[in-house]
Formats: sequence, structure tokens, C-alpha cells
Amino acid sequence: MKLKTKLFGNVYKFKDIKELLAKANEEKSGDMLLGIGAATISERVAAKVVLSELTLEDLRKNPVVPYEEDEVTRVIEDMVNEKIYQQIKNWTVGYFREKILSYETTGNEILRISKGLTAEMVAAVAKLMTNMDLVYGASKIRVTGKANYEIGKAGTLSFRLQPNHPTDSIEGIIASMMEGLSYGCGDAIIGINPVEDTIENTKRIMEAINEFMVEWRIPTQTCVLSHISTQMEAIKRGAPVSVLFQSVAGTEAANKAFGINKDLIQEAFELIKKHGTAPGPNLMYFETGQGSEMSLNTDHGADEMTLEARTYGFARKFMPFMVNNVSGFIGPETLYDGKQILRANLEDHFMGKLMGLPMGMAPCYTNHVNTDQNDQETATMLLAMAGANYYMGVPVGDDVMLSYQDTSYHDDATLRELLNLKPAEEFFHWLIDMGIMKENGKLTGRAGDASIFLKK
Amino acid sequence: MLSEVQLKKIIEKVITEISVGDKVKGPEVDVKAIDETLDDKDVPDITEIDLKAQVLVPNPENLEGLLRMKQSTPARIGVWRAGPRYMTETLLRFRADHAVAMDAVFTDVSEKLLKEMNLFSVKTRCKNKDEYLTRPDLGRKFDEEAIEIIKKSCIKKPQVQIYASDGLSSTAIEANIKDILPAIMQGLEVYGVKVGTPFFVKYGRVPAMDVISEVTEADVTCVLIGERPGLATGESMSAYIAYKATVNMPESRRTVVSNIHKGGTPAVEAGAHIADIIKQMLDKKASGLDLKL
Repeated sequence: MKLKTKLFGNVYKFKDIKELLAKANEEKSGDMLLGIGAATISERVAAKVVLSELTLEDLRKNPVVPYEEDEVTRVIEDMVNEKIYQQIKNWTVGYFREKILSYETTGNEILRISKGLTAEMVAAVAKLMTNMDLVYGASKIRVTGKANYEIGKAGTLSFRLQPNHPTDSIEGIIASMMEGLSYGCGDAIIGINPVEDTIENTKRIMEAINEFMVEWRIPTQTCVLSHISTQMEAIKRGAPVSVLFQSVAGTEAANKAFGINKDLIQEAFELIKKHGTAPGPNLMYFETGQGSEMSLNTDHGADEMTLEARTYGFARKFMPFMVNNVSGFIGPETLYDGKQILRANLEDHFMGKLMGLPMGMAPCYTNHVNTDQNDQETATMLLAMAGANYYMGVPVGDDVMLSYQDTSYHDDATLRELLNLKPAEEFFHWLIDMGIMKENGKLTGRAGDASIFLKK
Repeated sequence: MLSEVQLKKIIEKVITEISVGDKVKGPEVDVKAIDETLDDKDVPDITEIDLKAQVLVPNPENLEGLLRMKQSTPARIGVWRAGPRYMTETLLRFRADHAVAMDAVFTDVSEKLLKEMNLFSVKTRCKNKDEYLTRPDLGRKFDEEAIEIIKKSCIKKPQVQIYASDGLSSTAIEANIKDILPAIMQGLEVYGVKVGTPFFVKYGRVPAMDVISEVTEADVTCVLIGERPGLATGESMSAYIAYKATVNMPESRRTVVSNIHKGGTPAVEAGAHIADIIKQMLDKKASGLDLKL
């Protein structure tokens, strides 16, 4: 294993794979804060050169957190398909990049290779890619998920309806829900982030949105994004819900800070299989984002992008219905500006798909980051080209409960039109029946009038 | 909840506005209409429009119902569309609300204000705003030089050391400091508490107060600091107060008064409240979770 190279006569040396992976990253404020990012642009490129010559075997043997110390490492390592790994272990990372991009390699072949990968391999190959490589590579890979209905199929683009309310008023939640549905948003899921993380409140919201879904015969699924243990209790007390949610991260210590571990997620998965309202087989919804480990002081000195790939490795154990990436939510200490957020978005979408996950994206921003609506819309369009399964839908992008900006109902409708994509099949037919969408996928004249749902 | 009468009024208003909006505007520009003599107070302000009472959907099936829905949430619904995109009014209002939030973060507190308030200024180890935002670790530390200035300029061992800091909103300091600082001082004067020399810390994070506490050897240290702004609200300020704060102490030892702005707790009122809290801290020699208020 060679950890040294020369550029223009200057020698660049790297201590170990963890340091190399960090320095091969495009610039991120989170890596700079930890003091692990490349010191110069040349050092960054030198790290990419060295990384391109390592083999996938080198990366498997050097996880950024040792197997003995970390549950996430163990989950990923123990899931590797050894037959497939044997076929690819001598590939260099540079060759792996070309293999993914090659005309000869289909999306299904990439998904087969995926079973032999660990997170460090996934992060490494993404570090060699440009933004367009990341879009092109990801665009080959289709991963669908099915809870009640299947989302993520070719030719479709779906949306999570996110009708949050600052005091969890059911009336207010339903109002934003009606607005979203009237724009064709909600085929991925209807999911509410509650303010108050209690069993009673979670149950109350689960009941209200389920009732609305059933009454209007909406072909979708529901979810309430309180802590997973709160949701589990609500289900045990009879609350109807399709999918369970949890934020997950790329180290055992970060997951512990989130109040979860592998066993708890497994227990939740078994519970929802037995007592959820949806047949599945995919019944978990995970949220992730670069920088969460660092912000919880649980990063083990590893870079935020590699830790994000580990998060995906952990998530895939539970065959999720959807994985949503919210890089951009934490703030400028992890991703400084629009350029860094956009890069992280494209990396995360690609890495998630390469890990075999049904990735959706929330290209979002807080008010203390050096970015704006234009940057966010650019990221959104690129991710749609890359083939993200779904986005969020927030009224005018302004989440009045979480206080950040995300994609809007209007953005959702626009993206479908731009790329000639339709909603998930059953939801599409429902929209046509409701008179909200035409057969050609465009909005009708009554779309955008939420009061059409006031009839019952 | 809205009464029927209130609702009727809103509906009438909306209908009038819709019909006004329907008038076709001609392309000719009337030069005389560009009125430079218009008094500033008469200039319209799009941020003053009450979004909760505004429906832009041209012919909703149920206008009354839509208005009721709007009253139930601060979310931006009933906004209609141009093709699949926002109406211009919706877009510009959103941009204005984000702009005021961003400006609160990315501008500096004016030298003029500091002079007027007679506050001397020191910087944390952050060199500029970019570094402040990306290096939370540096925003809680000072160079030797800054420490010397504080030592030289401040009364030693006061009972209370108060200082202001930009934090994530300079606008919050601009909007509140003139009211809140005198209010706290007066309150403490009534209690006969000896207050140290107030000053300003540029690029400050909350834990910088622990250093200030150690340097001035104050019994109680209080920082007035700008909060991370939400859309349309750049003016919110918080006070973090602690008894004998020390570097690396647990966060639970801080007492917080947040949401200080004219739409939350007004500065003068908050000032009096903070003076009371400080008095109790001095009496009970405790702060944060250790202090039952």
C-alpha cells in the first residue's frame, strides 16, 4: 500500500488511510474545523492521486473506525458479500470510478457490485469524481422502495409532503397538507416533524393524517418524525402508521447520542412489520447528513463525507423505504456555503445509491449559511438530473416549525415538468381523478386551490 | 379563532384587493407618476402585508374556508402560482424575509452605535465573519492583546460584568442594546449592585463569557448576544447569565433569557427581568439548573 506521490516534483506523504480520505475531500468547513482537511489545493489533488491507486482491499482492511470499537463498522463489514468482494478486491479506486461510468456497466451490475462494498470504498470512489461524474454515475442506479406503494421507479419523481406546524395544531397541519396535495405533492409520504416529542402527541398526529389519507383514498403512506422509541410506543398503543422514522449517523457514538443502536432499529423494524398499516417490504425512513458526527463530537477524527457513507452502510441493513439526506441543515461549521452544500448533496445522493439505498434529497439551508434560494434551486435541479427518488415539499420552502428552507410544492411541480417525470403511478391516477393533474403530467387550472379538499 | 364578523371583514378586504389586482395595467409610463416628493412614511412596504389574511388564489372553490385555513397556520399557503412557479409577490416577500435574516448574520454592528453607547470593542480570535461562522472554537477565545485591553479598561472584581456581542445577529444588537443596557443598569442600581464596565465583543460565541468572567473576576457575568435569525426576524437577542463562570464549565450552569425583541419580550421589559435574575444569582450564589427561579 503506497501512501506517497509526487506532483510537479514535490513529494506528498500521508500517514494512513483515514488521513488520506480526509485530504482527498473537496473543501468542507467541517473537515477544516477538525484540522484534517488538505492544507493546499495541491495536497488535495495529491491525496486523490494516491487514493486512486489504492485497491478496494486496502480500504476494506482500514476502516476509519476499527471493527472492535464500533458497531457501525461491524454492521457494514458483516454484510459484505464475500463472493462479490473476491471479484472486485484487486480493483484500484481509479479503475472502480471508470467501471461505474463505463457504458458496459449497467445500473443492475453496479447494484450487484454494491453488495461487496464497504463505506470507505464508496466514499473513496466518490472523492475521485467531479460533480458531473456524480450526477452521471448516480443516474444509472435505480433503487425503489415500497411501503403501501412503490416509489423511485424510472420516469417518476415523488415528494414527501412536510406540512409542519409550530404548535402541532392538527387544523394547521391539515391546511398545509391540503395545499401540498393540490400541487401534486405527497406521493412519497406524508410526514410531520412534531414539536412535542411525546407518545400522546405522536399518536394524535398519526391518527389525524391516517384518517385524512383513508378518507380521501390517497395512494401514499404516513409517518410522524418523533424519536423512534416514541413512535414505537404510539404504535403499541394502537396508533395507525405506515413507516417508522429515525435520524441515523456513521459512528456508534453518534447513534448513541441520537438514542439508538442496531438492536433498537431492528426491534422497531420487527414492530412495524407486524403492527404497521403498510404491507412493505420497506418500512423504515432514515434521515442523514454530513457533519452530524462532528457536531456531536463523535467523529473519531474521520472526515464527514466518509462518515456519511458509513451511515448509508448502517441504514441498508434495515431495507429502508426511503433515506433522506439533509446536508445543509446543520450550518456553516459543517458546510460553509452554497458550493459546499451542493457538492455534499451530489456526493451523498451518489454514495447512497451506490450503497443500494432509495435516496431522496433535501437540498436545504439555514439562515446563517452563505447561500440563498438560487443556490438551492441549482442543487435541486442537478439532483433531479442525477435521479433522486424524491424531495421534500414545504409551503414556499419555509418550514415554520424547523426554521430552515427546503424545496417547495412549486419546486416539486416544476421539476416534474422540466424532466418529464410523473408522480408514482397510483398517486398520478388519483391526481387525475381529483382534477389536479392532466394526463401529460402538467397541473390543471384548479391545482393550487387547497379549498377543493374542504368538501367533505 | 376568528369570529364570523372578523372573517367577513377579511373576505370583503380580500375581494376588494382581488378586484383591484384584476385591473389591466397599461404599458405606458406616466413620467409624472414617478414621485420623488413622496414622503418616506407613505412609501409602501411589502413586508407589512399580513400574510395570514392574504389569499392569492384567484377563484377558489371556497374562499371563506381558505381564509380559515390560513388563520390556522403561519405557513405560506393559498399563494397560487405562475405556471408552476411562485407569483412575483410571494417570491419577493420570501426573498425579503430571507434577506433580512442573512443581513442580520453577515453585517457588523456599527462603530457609531458602539461610540454612542460608550462601549469599547475587542475581538475574539476570529479574523472575520467567515472564520466566525466556520470556527465556533475560535469565537470563544481571545488573544493576549484583547485580554490586556479588557484588563486595562474594566473595573476589577465587579459584582456584575455585562457585555454585548454580535453572535449570529448584529441586527439584534442594533435593535435592542440602547433599550436593554440602561434598563439592566438601572435595575441593578436600585438593588445597590456594583456593575463593571460594559463593552462589546466582536465575533463572539456564548462561551466567550467564561473567559470574560475569569479575566474580570466578576461574581456574575451576563452577555447580550444576537440569536440565529429565522425568516423575517433578524432582531431577536438572548441574554446568557452565569454565576462565577469558568472556562469548560457545563452548559447547564447558564441561565438564558431568549426571544428579546419587539415581537417577543421587549428590550426594556427584558432588562428589568434580567436585573432581577442577576440579583437572585448574587443572593443565592448559583445560576442555571442550580438556581430555582
